[in-house]
Amino acid sequence: MNKLIEIPLYRIAHCRAGDKGDRSNISVIAWRPEFYTVLVNQVTIESVRLHFSFRNPGKITRYLLPNIHAMNLVIDEVLDGGVNQALNLDSHGKALSYWLLDMNVSTPAEWKPLLAGPVEE
Amino acid sequence: MHKNTFLIGAASAFSGDRQDAAGPVVDSLIASGKPSALIYETLAERTLALAQIARRNDPNSGFDPWLEDIVGPVLKRCLENRITIIGNFGAANPLGAASRLRMMALKLGLEAPRIAVIEGDDVSGPGYREYLKTALGNKLDEESVVSANVYIGADSIADAILAGAQIVVAGRVSDPALTVGPLLAHFKWSRDDWSRRGKAVMIGHVLECGCQATGGYFADPGYKDVPDLAHVGFPIAEVDENGDCIFTKPVGTGGLVVPASIKEQLLYELDDPASYITPDAVADISECTIESIGLDQVAMKNVKGKPWPATLKVLVCHEGGWLAEAEISYAGPRAESRARLAAAIVRERIGNLLPLRIDLIGALSLHADDAGEMLAHTPLGDGRDIRLRISSKHDDRSKADLLNREVMALYTCGPAGGGGVRTSLKPRLSTTACFLPRELFPSSFSIVV
Repeated sequence: MNKLIEIPLYRIAHCRAGDKGDRSNISVIAWRPEFYTVLVNQVTIESVRLHFSFRNPGKITRYLLPNIHAMNLVIDEVLDGGVNQALNLDSHGKALSYWLLDMNVSTPAEWKPLLAGPVEE
Repeated sequence: MHKNTFLIGAASAFSGDRQDAAGPVVDSLIASGKPSALIYETLAERTLALAQIARRNDPNSGFDPWLEDIVGPVLKRCLENRITIIGNFGAANPLGAASRLRMMALKLGLEAPRIAVIEGDDVSGPGYREYLKTALGNKLDEESVVSANVYIGADSIADAILAGAQIVVAGRVSDPALTVGPLLAHFKWSRDDWSRRGKAVMIGHVLECGCQATGGYFADPGYKDVPDLAHVGFPIAEVDENGDCIFTKPVGTGGLVVPASIKEQLLYELDDPASYITPDAVADISECTIESIGLDQVAMKNVKGKPWPATLKVLVCHEGGWLAEAEISYAGPRAESRARLAAAIVRERIGNLLPLRIDLIGALSLHADDAGEMLAHTPLGDGRDIRLRISSKHDDRSKADLLNREVMALYTCGPAGGGGVRTSLKPRLSTTACFLPRELFPSSFSIVV
């Protein structure tokens, strides 16, 4: 039986956030080629919108880069106006990559030894 | 990879980057024995506006204030070893930067170097005002314009190098142009070879943020461990005649060059990866490959390029009102509760006079939104060391300052045990971009010394 486990995204991917005005782009890069499918199937425009709902994002676009097992998420109107306007200490949204990395995804239980980070008991 | 390669080292990613970054990079370039260039990227979106303000106050300033610190340590070795230096450290006063560099060389006992200045990026003058008005409409507030610059491409940089420039001083050029220029000059690629130009753009994109390609903005203990980050080495690209490249870093420095770090930087601040629009080409990385080929060596292949866009980006900087930030800390039992009470007091007293953002640093800050939606839905926690930060903005300095006075008053009029008030009141700059036909912006170079 294919048992699934629920894990935070950071166990299978790494991210970097950048900004242009009120637009954030967050790359999501799979740690292993086989993890990429999970990104494609579960880090979707809908799931990202839900995860960022407190910021009421505008348009979200997802670009897939299968050759490098990565995707680029472009999220509009998520930076409270960005560097021009925002009152956040982090007006660039540099820390948003780590907000996304906390999102939960489900993966096959047998991947456990392959996941990034400290080995769990 | 073809045998005849050209090396480009990155020495800076912003104004004020590490002064000791360039040294090891230049050592590596010299040791390779290959033709090479050293690039300095020092202009973030607002840097140029700040430089304009500096120049207005002192006509001899307006270029990168750290110029001597960042170029000085390697100037002699670069000139003696034919390493071309290209930088946008000219900012609002490329001529001023050029004469400072000349003085620096003379002081080192060197012959005066051949220095070129790139011209054509400053469009703040009256000649361009009508175009900006048409493109920006009411987003252009003529009274408060601080700077207006067009992002120009690499061709003038390449021309300057081909004319014998040892140092090229630019203001606002697109960041990748610092890399595309020396590659165009060295390999003498046809100027409409969009494929190679596209590859060069992406190499420049990876290099322009300095150590963000080599372990900076990357480390995450237990997940992304980076050796000796305190002495992180800056990136070097070894580029062949076809525009394929290997990223590496100086031997003996900290940091790392692995596919993960290069991929993160490749996608940094990108929109559509199949269409990265720059003045020099529209680059396409949708099918590129990134592979480790040795310790701290990563190869990038299959980047594509399409013709350059018909328009260029113009960035206009306006005065943007005042940003007020005030902080006070609470620690020990019920600290979070006391911090929240302090925030509520300030909110009640300021009412609708100012927009307020509340951060409970230590419990909830960066990830929250300005409107306070997330904070409102975060139940009171047991934070025992909380720094309350309240920020606000207003066009009128004295109105913005009201926040700082209210937070200061919390010392005596607020909850128990509040300490460490700090306040700041800063002018803000606001940027607006538009796109105009590239024919409007001829760029050129002059050899100035």
